[in-house]
Order: sequence, then C-alpha cells, then structure tokens
Amino acid sequence: MVSALFPLIVTRAETRRGGKVLVGPVDLTLEGAGCTVVIGPNGAGKTSLLRLLHGIARCHAGRIEWQVDAAAARRAQSFVFQRPVMLRRSVAQNLAYPLAIRHTPRAEIAARVARWAEAVGLTAMLDRPAPVLSGGEQQKLALARALITEPELVFLDEPCASLDGRATREIEAILTRVAAAGTRLILTTHDMGQARRLADHVVFLHAGRVFETASAARFFDAPATPEARAFLKGDIVE
Amino acid sequence: MIDLWDGVVQALRLVAGLDATLTDIALRSLQVTLSALGIACLIAFPLAALLAVRRFRWRRTVIAVLNALMGLPPVVVGLVVYVLLSRSGPFGVLGLLFTPTAMIIAQVIIIVPLIASIAHQSLRDLWHDYHDLLISMNVTQGQKLRTLMWDARRALLTAALAGFGRGIGEVGAIMIVGGNIDNATRVMTTAIALETGRGDFALALALGFILIVMTVAINLAVHTLGRTEREGRW
Ligand SMILES: Nc1ncnc2c1ncn2[C@@H]1O[C@H](COP(=O)(O)OP(=O)(O)OP(=O)(O)O)[C@@H](O)[C@H]1O
Ligand SMILES: [Mg+2]
Repeated sequence: MVSALFPLIVTRAETRRGGKVLVGPVDLTLEGAGCTVVIGPNGAGKTSLLRLLHGIARCHAGRIEWQVDAAAARRAQSFVFQRPVMLRRSVAQNLAYPLAIRHTPRAEIAARVARWAEAVGLTAMLDRPAPVLSGGEQQKLALARALITEPELVFLDEPCASLDGRATREIEAILTRVAAAGTRLILTTHDMGQARRLADHVVFLHAGRVFETASAARFFDAPATPEARAFLKGDIVE
Repeated sequence: MIDLWDGVVQALRLVAGLDATLTDIALRSLQVTLSALGIACLIAFPLAALLAVRRFRWRRTVIAVLNALMGLPPVVVGLVVYVLLSRSGPFGVLGLLFTPTAMIIAQVIIIVPLIASIAHQSLRDLWHDYHDLLISMNVTQGQKLRTLMWDARRALLTAALAGFGRGIGEVGAIMIVGGNIDNATRVMTTAIALETGRGDFALALALGFILIVMTVAINLAVHTLGRTEREGRW
C-alpha cells in the first residue's frame, strides 16, 4: 500500500522565525513508501524541517506539494513532538481525543484505546492524569495517540529520546510494524543505531540545508559529503 | 464603642431563629449574584478563550480594556444602568428599574471583566502548551475553544469564584438600580448599609457576619466539589 499523498515535492521551501532562516531552502522529493530518517547535528533544523513539511511552521518561500490539497494532506498525517504535549486529561482521554474530534463512534474509540494502550504498555495507567506520567511514558502515549487514527504519514521527532533500551526496542518494533502495514514514516533521531535499523532513506541536514539524500544503505556505506562523513564518524561538523 | 461581640450574638440569634426577613434577604442575595455569575461565565469564558486563540487586530487593545475594566467603579456602573433603564432612558419601557433583573444586569457588567481577565491568563498559558498539538490535529475552532475551556476548568472555577466574591459583596451598583426596597430588592449588602445608616450596628454586624460565613461556605463547597486542591495542577 502506498500513500496517496505522495510523491511529496518540495521546491526551495524555507521557514523563518524573526528574520532568521530556521531551515531552507530545501529541495526534496519523497516517495510514498518506507521510512525516511532525518539526521544531523543539534540545531541543524531537523525539527524545523518536519514542522515545515507537516504545515505547522509557515512556508515563507518555495513550495510544498502533496498529491492532494493541503488540508486533506494534513488530515492524513500526525506528528509526535520532540517534547511530548500532554492534554491535561487522563491517559485514556488523551488516546481518545484525536478519534473524538473526528466523531468516531464510542465503541470504536473504546476498542482502539484499549488496543493502543496495550501496544505501548500503558494499560495499567489508563486512568492516570497524563501530565504526571514519566517522560518515557509520555513519549509512548504521544506515539500511541499519533498512531491511533491510522494516519497515512507520521512525523516522529526523536520518538525514543527519553526511552530506555527495552522501551526503544518496543517502539521500534511498533514502528516497523506500522511501516510494513503501509504507514509512511518520517522521523528524526540522534541514535545512529536506530537510524540504521529503521531507515529506508536518509536525509542529512546541516546548518538548515539538505546536504544529502540517499538510500540508507548508500548513505551509511559511502556518505557523499565530507560533512556527512564527519557526522557519522562522530566528529564535530563545522 | 461598637461591640463586635453584640454583633456575633445577634447574628447567632438571627440564624438560630431562622428569621424570615433574614432568610428572604440572604436568598435574594444568592439568587441575584448566582444568576449574574451564570450569565457572566457564559459571556466571559468563551470571550477569554477566543482572546487566547485568535490573533485579530484589536486583540491587545481588547485585553488591555478588559484588564482596565476590572477596576470599574460599581457605583458608576450602577449609575449608567440606572440611566439606561430609567423611564426616560432607551430601555425604560421594559420597566426593569428597581427589580432584581436590573441588579443582575449591573452585576454582570461588573464581574464579566474580572472573570474574563483571570480566565484569559490561564487559557492563554494552556493554549501555549497545546498550540502545536491542536493545530497538528486539525481541530476546528469550536473544538479548540471547548478543549481549552474543559482542560482549564479548574482555573475557570477559580475565576468564577472571584466573580462571585465581587458580586456578592457589591453594594454601590445594586443600591442604585435596585433601590433597596424591602421585600423586593433588598439584599445582604444593601441591608447592611441601611442598618448602619440607621445606627443599628449590632444588626448590621450580624448581617455582615452571616454574609461572610455564606461566602466562605460557598467557596469551600465549590472547592470540595471541584476538588481543586486535591488533584493539584495538571
Ligand atoms: N521558534 C524559534 N525561534 C528562533 N529560533 C528558532 C526557533 N526554533 C528553532 N530555532 C533555531 O533554529 C535552528 C534549528 O532548530 P531545530 O529545532 O529545527 O533543530 P534540530 O535539528 O531539531 O535540533 P535538535 O537536534 O537539538 O533537536 C536552531 O538554531 C534553533 O535555535
Ligand atoms: Mg529537534
């Protein structure tokens, strides 16, 4: 199954904040299958790029073209933020929220909430206020809440940043499963092991610019730019 | 010297005897202020939420005006409502002057800015937290406002209690538009003013104590029911 949103064609797109260019100009074409991992050093503009593509950061210059209109594209996407945003409600209500705003029938909501709570191991905490969960639990909840609507495309901004090794593996297993079922993933990570495990394609970002886009195998074997080589070796990229 | 103790004793005697006039006045106080509070919340909460989420041209000005209106002198509000409702005024035909309805109108005007200002601050903070998520989820404007108001419900309750406090203790405006008519528009505060004027300090004090006890009791009851303290801030 290939998402009807793709190919996504990005032409010289740019987003700014207070006169400063956060990311761009970006030229990028993304096809409709697999998992794209965006990597690059801190402050490279990974978060900004994801927000720009998702449409929650303004596109100040250039174009971002989906195969459907922008509103329909956004409805088929969800976003997991680098800092999880918890609604001040119970875990169950957090999970139910995106379904409720789409007027999903109650029985269906209850079934999916139970299924996704189980999938991320939060079943015992369904009645707890979400804001009191630990950082890792909040990340799992944010992930489940993003996947519960069965979106065609999910943006994940460092989805495993505060998870321990075991939880990271569990989340990766979920991501691999939804990707296999046809959900398009675009994620950022600082964990190169994770990037190798999940990525089909890699976008290497540095100083707000795309330096390299390549298949994961190509990128990790033979990065084309000196910046990417230095980054992979763990050197400081200047 | 005015004897506070006399006031307390007389207050207890009045309450114990379930004095008919007193009950009548106390209930009218509650009726007027709770009605005004209900209407004021219906206006102030959505207004506060809109001010938190919408970016329109005069937003800052509206917020500044709202904050300034918190300090609106009740006597002046009373005067303006009086002029509007008086027989020669634009709404004179309605015959509302010197009725509880007129008092409710005046109180609504006095407490809406207070409730809206307090509510706006917490809704704005909450919107700051929720902004990216709700935009990402494509919620409609109505869903956005409802989500914010529901998730900030404890803060809104606090705002409402502040409005209640200001309303129930207010005397200047309702004295003017209500006229402090026995059996019709006399409430706790206007009765206190009247008895003080007459020199019956003990009775005035007694009414004052009862008013305070009523206010504190309602606050405690709301806090207990709303569990504002127990569940903390989340
Ligand atoms: N709202 C903002 N206002 C001003 N500057 C911003 C804003 N958001 C991001 N930036 C700046 O834009 C640059 C890119 O930020 P971004 O968050 O996209 O980086 P990142 O690659 O996600 O970094 P990290 O790996 O630390 O998450 C940074 O220099 C950051 O300081
Ligand atoms: Mg980031």
